[in-house]
Amino acid sequence: MLPTPLVDYTGGQREVSAQGGTVDELLRDLDRQYPGIRFRMINEQDRFRPHIRLFVNAELERTIGASLKADDDILIVAALSGG
Amino acid sequence: MQKAKQPNRTTVLVGTRKGLFILHGDGKRAKWRVDGEMPHFHGQIVNHAVMNPRTGTILVAARAGHLGPTVFRSTDSGKSWKEASSPPAFPKRENGGYGWTVNHVFWLTPGHASEPRVWYAGTSPHGLFRSDDDGVTWSSVDGFNLHPDRLQWLGEEDHAVPDGALLHSVNVDPFDAKHLMIGMSSGGVFESFDRGATWKALNRGCVADFLPDPDAEWGHDPHCMVMHPAVPDVVYQQNHCGIYKLKRAENRWTRIGENMPKEIGDIGFPVTLHPRDPNTLWVFPMDGTSVWPRMSVAGKPAVYCSRDGGASWKRQAKGLPAGQAWFTVKRQAMSADQAEKVGLYFGTTSGEVWCSFDEGGQWHCLMLHLPHIYSVEAYSL
Repeated sequence: MLPTPLVDYTGGQREVSAQGGTVDELLRDLDRQYPGIRFRMINEQDRFRPHIRLFVNAELERTIGASLKADDDILIVAALSGG
Repeated sequence: MQKAKQPNRTTVLVGTRKGLFILHGDGKRAKWRVDGEMPHFHGQIVNHAVMNPRTGTILVAARAGHLGPTVFRSTDSGKSWKEASSPPAFPKRENGGYGWTVNHVFWLTPGHASEPRVWYAGTSPHGLFRSDDDGVTWSSVDGFNLHPDRLQWLGEEDHAVPDGALLHSVNVDPFDAKHLMIGMSSGGVFESFDRGATWKALNRGCVADFLPDPDAEWGHDPHCMVMHPAVPDVVYQQNHCGIYKLKRAENRWTRIGENMPKEIGDIGFPVTLHPRDPNTLWVFPMDGTSVWPRMSVAGKPAVYCSRDGGASWKRQAKGLPAGQAWFTVKRQAMSADQAEKVGLYFGTTSGEVWCSFDEGGQWHCLMLHLPHIYSVEAYSL
């Protein structure tokens, strides 16, 4: 599940499927399908951007090297602040 | 002085805190319309929107909310946009060490006429990037970004764009593609004669009243620096500590702002040059006293023009509000078109676009109620 600021990359879809044994592999697969989307979440030092949160089965995951299982649900949130 | 070609149309790109507005004027600049009912990049921060007049490509330095910085490009005058496939990004630091992250792409400059697909980008924190394919992919100018002295040059990191740590004012010598000049707030002016492989500070003569060493080699705060497009030895800067002109023979800056009226002072953000006359320039002074209010002096906005390289200045306020107008103009928010009678345009922090079609003699309000304006660039086409 993707936050609304990212759906410009997915043609309006909020729910998409991607494959990967780790969070990094999953996001790279997502980027292959929707070019540019990974860099909106992960910076050039391979860290999550400050307002991006990724949950694996409702648990917050902060490292992109974390392992994933085949049927994990991934929720990506873009927290809003400022005006 | 060369005469200008009669333009068929005029385009003004207005970057704001909430999107890009494109204004189209006819060749006589008598009729204007805004492109579309909604801004381009609605809701996104647009730090700078720039056209390469040689190719027509428009690049936009944007930041999509909290999704990080990027560059968008259009090759059809803004009808359609594509994001850079590889936006400006610092080299990845291996072995888990601290690596820099681009927070904003802040400044865009087309390359030399002989390299029509080259662009440069300045970022916050201070970084310099280059594209060789018209803005599709970007690479780090490692001669700057990985320079061993870079951290010494820079002031304290502060990413609050457009007020914080910035690399801006990327100038490419029109006679030498290898010669680059950049400004850093703070950090100072630096130049390279080998396309960015090596750099030298160029700050002698500039006051830096916030540094313990008044003759420091770097650490200064140029707000905006412009090399003249026809006479590249003529360079002006609006600095945190005054308005300066470079004496190229001595590689030393002279404070031409000393010739401004004392009650106005010579603090501001932008400096704009006449496209053909190297002795004509315009500035927009702001209140830089006490706590630095950064608003029009006494609430009475005015442009100041010099026709003699800064030896004397004339107030140009006809048509502007006579009082109670508390805006200012950011460093890339004042621009000149290239028409024979040069048109001037500036965008305010309060969202107004003002223009003059007689080189500052009379001002007209072109647009109201825009978001906070970060950049204005004008083109006679």
